[in-house]
Amino acid sequence: MATKNIAGISVDVNEEGYMTDPSQWTEAIAKELAKEEDIELTDEHLKVAKYLREEHEKGAVLTIRKVGKSGLVDIKGLYKLFPGGPLKKSSKIAGIPKPTSCV
Amino acid sequence: MKKILILGGGTGGTIMANKLRKVLERDEWEITLVDKHKTHYYQPGFLFIPFGIYNKYDVIKPKSDFFPPGINIIYTLIDRIDGDNNKVILEDGKVLNYDFLIISTGTQIRPDETPGLNEELWYKSIFDFYTVEGAVALREFFKSWEGGHLVLNIAELPFKCPVAPLEFVFLADAYFHEIGIRDKVEISYVTPLPGAFTKPRATKMLGELLNEKNIKVIPEFYLERVDNKNKKIISYDEQEIPFDVLTIVPVNMGSDVIERSGLGDDLNFVPTDKYTLRSEKYENIFVLGDASNIPTSKSGSVVHFSSDVLFENLMSAIEGRPLMAKFDGHSNCYIETGFGKGSIIDFNYDTEPLPGTFPLPGIGPFGLLKNTKMNHYGKVLFRWMYWHIRLKDKRLPIESEMSMAGKKL
Repeated sequence: MATKNIAGISVDVNEEGYMTDPSQWTEAIAKELAKEEDIELTDEHLKVAKYLREEHEKGAVLTIRKVGKSGLVDIKGLYKLFPGGPLKKSSKIAGIPKPTSCV
Repeated sequence: MKKILILGGGTGGTIMANKLRKVLERDEWEITLVDKHKTHYYQPGFLFIPFGIYNKYDVIKPKSDFFPPGINIIYTLIDRIDGDNNKVILEDGKVLNYDFLIISTGTQIRPDETPGLNEELWYKSIFDFYTVEGAVALREFFKSWEGGHLVLNIAELPFKCPVAPLEFVFLADAYFHEIGIRDKVEISYVTPLPGAFTKPRATKMLGELLNEKNIKVIPEFYLERVDNKNKKIISYDEQEIPFDVLTIVPVNMGSDVIERSGLGDDLNFVPTDKYTLRSEKYENIFVLGDASNIPTSKSGSVVHFSSDVLFENLMSAIEGRPLMAKFDGHSNCYIETGFGKGSIIDFNYDTEPLPGTFPLPGIGPFGLLKNTKMNHYGKVLFRWMYWHIRLKDKRLPIESEMSMAGKKL
């Protein structure tokens, strides 16, 4: 476990840079984290991030399909917002743990 | 008369019927099981059909061979579950009341969830091997195929038996060697996962084995649609992979009954307490196996191990005691790797597959995360054990709870 200074706030992160305490998250932090992924944070990105945070708090298992059915954005749109690894990148920016597949 | 109702007579429902009829007094408890099909499939055997190792008759038996005497069996479709009123409505409108309900309706493949998947190329150049029909159609196709690009693609997570697609490509590699056309066949393993498997050590071991066998892994590919005209699979981020033959693990979903009953998540799996195996919504509904959303493999081994826990907790619920038994997520998979060899993985919610020996520490005879002939014999023998021991709930020499003995960290 390490701490990292993001947007002037000291936050707990794991070795891959995912925040370990979602309560430390702010929109300013999201903006910084997005920059690290070469993403310019927009309201669209924030809507997805907030949805993921709400679902995470409820204990839901997050999947790309679930976000696609949320009504916020379809799966194609999600890939456009977070190119490369939509769920991993959006989770990182939302300050929640890296999504894992359980099998 | 008190009533227990079991929906689904596959591996889970059959095991529970056998367990419960043994201990519940017949003049006190009526047990009824509902299923739409009369045939029991040995599903782990489907994998061998495309390569001519098993045929259709090796994997089917009548369901009724495995049900205990003294239960009611109804072969029909179910309309819906009315959990608020403790009743199940059948397709013909007949109503079954229950004191306790066990949902073991499994998971089904849904090729219709992916645009272009079950259209003109379905069972011509595109096949599944999760149904006996798909496996047999693929067998016929392979008989006269002269080579080209064989693509294995997993459409969505979770899916039944997470090692089956790996076994499929390993067996394909061996099969094409044996018939002398391996040099004309390119094999690609296309997965939405970041690697060959989900957990680090198994991914490394299996990834190396794939590489050794010249099977290309294409990770992080999330299937959007199939282009029938140009024979390509296309991902949401517009990656395109051409194929000559596509073997697909289609989207898996729980039964439509679950959706009609408002009991499922977005894939129709029933939200279930992963430790007690009780429905999160109703205290008198338990969920066994693939039908639940518990975060472990959808597999027969999980059904087998968790059935002990479900049984204990159901007995507690019947007697009004708190539910004390906890499922640990234990799963155990044989992995056929071709050329008469196999591997085994053993894991649970908290412990990833580790190397070692199984089931006896230091002795085995099976080697965890190793590629041996003995592991293959285990898989071969397992079909006999399945029909004669597992379904009838006789003892297998493996504990329900995962053991760390014999595993190396």
